[in-house]
Amino acid sequence: MSSDFQRQLPSYSVGGAASWYTRVHVDPILLLLITGVVLFGLVVLSSAVDGNDALFDAQVRRIGAAYAALIIAAQLPPAIYLRWAPVLYFLGLILLILVLLVGVKVKGSQRWIDIPGLFRFQPSELMKIAVPMAVAWYLQQRVLPPSLKHTLFSLLIIGVPAFLIGIEPDLGTSILVIGAGVSVLLLAGLSWRWIFGALTLVAAAAPLIWQFVLKDYQQQRILTLFDPQSDPLGAGWNIIQSTTAIGSGGVFGKGLYQGSQSYLDFLPEARTDFIVAVVGEELGFVGIAFLLTLYLLIIARGLFLASQAGSTFGRLVAGALVLTFFIYLFVNIAMVSGILPVVGVPLPLVSYGGTSAITLMAGFGIIMSMRTHKAW
Amino acid sequence: MSLELSIKDPGREQEMFVGRAITLFVFVVILFAVLVARMLTLQISEHETYQLRADNNRTQIQTLVPPRGMIYDRNGRLLADNQTSFSLAVVAERAEDVEGLLTSIIEILSLTPEQVERIRTVLNKPRRADSAAVILESLSEKQVALLAVNRHRLRGVEVVSHLVRSYPMGVLAAHAVGSVRRMSKEDLRTVEPVQYSGTQFIGKRGVEAFYEKSLHGKVGYQKVETDAYGRVHRVLDVQGAETGQNLTLHLDSKLQLASVEALGGRRGAIVALDPVTGGILAMVSQPSYDPNLFVSGMTSSQFDELAGSIYLPLFNRAVNGQYAPGSTFKPVVGLAGISMAVTNWEETIEDKGWFKLPGQERVYRDWSWTKDNSGGQGEVDLNRAIYRSSNVYFYDLASRMEIRGLLGFAGQFGFGKNLAIDIPEASSGLLPTPEWKRSAKNQPWYPGDSVNLGIGQGDLLATPLQMATVAATIANRGRVVRPRMLLSSDVSIDEMSRVEEPLPVVGLSEEDWESMVDSMEDVVHRGGKGFRGNGTAWAYIGQKIAYRMAGKSGTAQVVEINQGEVYDAEKLSEFRRKHAWFIAFAPVDNPTIAVAVLVENGGGGSSVAAPVAKAVIDAHLSKEIASIR
Repeated sequence: MSSDFQRQLPSYSVGGAASWYTRVHVDPILLLLITGVVLFGLVVLSSAVDGNDALFDAQVRRIGAAYAALIIAAQLPPAIYLRWAPVLYFLGLILLILVLLVGVKVKGSQRWIDIPGLFRFQPSELMKIAVPMAVAWYLQQRVLPPSLKHTLFSLLIIGVPAFLIGIEPDLGTSILVIGAGVSVLLLAGLSWRWIFGALTLVAAAAPLIWQFVLKDYQQQRILTLFDPQSDPLGAGWNIIQSTTAIGSGGVFGKGLYQGSQSYLDFLPEARTDFIVAVVGEELGFVGIAFLLTLYLLIIARGLFLASQAGSTFGRLVAGALVLTFFIYLFVNIAMVSGILPVVGVPLPLVSYGGTSAITLMAGFGIIMSMRTHKAW
Repeated sequence: MSLELSIKDPGREQEMFVGRAITLFVFVVILFAVLVARMLTLQISEHETYQLRADNNRTQIQTLVPPRGMIYDRNGRLLADNQTSFSLAVVAERAEDVEGLLTSIIEILSLTPEQVERIRTVLNKPRRADSAAVILESLSEKQVALLAVNRHRLRGVEVVSHLVRSYPMGVLAAHAVGSVRRMSKEDLRTVEPVQYSGTQFIGKRGVEAFYEKSLHGKVGYQKVETDAYGRVHRVLDVQGAETGQNLTLHLDSKLQLASVEALGGRRGAIVALDPVTGGILAMVSQPSYDPNLFVSGMTSSQFDELAGSIYLPLFNRAVNGQYAPGSTFKPVVGLAGISMAVTNWEETIEDKGWFKLPGQERVYRDWSWTKDNSGGQGEVDLNRAIYRSSNVYFYDLASRMEIRGLLGFAGQFGFGKNLAIDIPEASSGLLPTPEWKRSAKNQPWYPGDSVNLGIGQGDLLATPLQMATVAATIANRGRVVRPRMLLSSDVSIDEMSRVEEPLPVVGLSEEDWESMVDSMEDVVHRGGKGFRGNGTAWAYIGQKIAYRMAGKSGTAQVVEINQGEVYDAEKLSEFRRKHAWFIAFAPVDNPTIAVAVLVENGGGGSSVAAPVAKAVIDAHLSKEIASIR
């Protein structure tokens, strides 16, 4: 850790507004962009809740909590994260095992831990932060780019929780956890040769994965992607209705609150995973392009902040969280627009639902922390 | 790995990080481009396809079932009308848990086990996906309210309202008005499917059947916006259904009621015609049924009871009951004799109570015949033969007539054919010709057949409607009218165009007709002249009568009993008894009503059927007098 001191850190300008922000450990540009998405999301959600004001209010409260999580996460110095990374990781693993033993089943998946009267949460959500942190913690002690041994050990760190989450089953979160962990490896300079080698291997093993790993319904989702009309009222319904919603929006959309697909309940999960179809239908290509632009700017700003972090650990963690955010939105939008199979991944900062918003915002808080705390 | 590289170098690590971050950002931008390309494809190049698909999603074409035309009696009283009925339908696909739903419905409506059983049968039938299965019909208002209150528990359940037929007169006019039945698959093949999409009932009997096309109306459409659960949110476009034609019948519901009362609980039929127009003023067939049961639905035991009853309540005796006319045929035979100059009004014969064909031993008896051969009417001319109903006179007359001439003459009155315009299901009875006898019985026409025909027996069969037509023809002094139900409609009706009126009866002078009318008047009014001098019906109806009425009684032998059927002795004797007939019209000089009454196994025509006919005519004329006042 101490070795990082030698590196000359790009100085935040001293004095003025910027320094004020630095002192409260918040990056104003990133915060502004995030707030842009959040407000856009609330506008879309106000349509998607279809008059159910209670749901909207609940989401507003959750967003408030998420901002609090961001501020708090940003105040904690990177050293704390570094120290607690392995603890957090193992705590997460224990909780994941607990979920499988005593968890609560919702819609056929055992994802939740319920502490009656207090709260209910998904330990897998914690792993979206804990896994990249653990990998970064592990790698920052090593020489980078990582050797094969360290790479394989990193993959083990990623694989165990990903497997536990995958058998809940929660394929979406499992993918995000793997994405978060692998992002650290990629940012740590993992040899391109290995990367392509691994990709080739995965491609070659695809038939076996299909045969032995994927469950029937998962196979069905992939098949549906190629031919949604084969089962238009069953597996194909979601994708047909979401592409219909998006496509019917055209350039400018049907207007806010005017989407027939979502209002007449043709679009499933319009408030949650499929909310981008509401954007596409009501606000058209213009609305989608606006949202994608905000997302891209967040990623750009996030990667910039990560590269400015004061330590390898900080850079890796911040960079991985940014890439996780990207994976989130890419998988979601690709799924809803029919280019990836249906997996349960919400649209970051827009979909209705609390846990992912809080995790995401905490993630942004960590990114800001890594950038704004200097001497550690 | 070289030694140098194994030493940690934070500066190099940061450079490497920046390099990787930039590379990955490029990668991110490429994937963003993929998303943008996908959106451009969906929202711009394929926009119209998806626009259409979204519109098809939300809009549906629904058929609007046309309200069935009303049927009124001649005074504007409703005979058939439409009432709102509520039924409960379930779309199984929309219910999250069909069993749970069923439990809730059972609890809310407190259904009986039989009802639950029926619901299960309906739900287990194969159905198109997302189509509604009607599980309960004719819900009460209370049930509808209970369902509305508990709506939140009943996802996938709809209360559907629709118009169903209602017959205010019910059992009293069932055979006159007819009835609708639930459409069967066979019915669907006989109609234009588009016009009947959504229609549940079709006219199956009587007026309802004949005027089906006019009563049905024209189907309409509406374009509606529905949600994914099929609930209608908005109506976008309507092309309304065209209500069916309202029809007004000649039927007089008060006279109908009086006729039912006059017949009492007896089996039989009454047809009352307006002799001027042929309009059917009353048509009774007893026992009857409640046509409303076919609409509201009945249990299979209820249906079996109706369909299986030996008293045939579903059988319209007025138009389909074929009976030997007996002595009510005598006026026709007499007029035939005059027109063919076989006899005249002056000729007399000696009625000793029996008749023999020359060279044959068989004795044909008069109704007044006694074992010691002391019966008979004495000297009888045609006038006396009518009011005394002498069999011997008509045996003799018929035996002297050329049979084809008699049959041809009788045919002009509608025997052996269905003259009714809008009652296609009416039977034509049987006018037995020598050709018919040869083909049906493989026997030649014997002189004895002519003798029997002379008193309306033998193979001759006629319906009450045909006998009412005979009464009307005599009332009209030979002008034949075709019986009809329809008096008027809002718009002229296809079914009634190109109606051909029959020719009047030929070969008789005005005086001949008046003489026959006088003779029939004597049947009713000639009294106080001793047993052999009175009209046959005078003792029963002729003593307290405020108007002049002409009539003829008939007592028809029951020709056959279905030998295959097993009845107990009491029933058998009941069905063996003679049928009582009476035909009449009044007032004689300007008739406004002609009636035929048949009481099955009722006994004597004058004693049993004549009072019924008088009661019907009383009711008609008293009303007419009232309306003049």
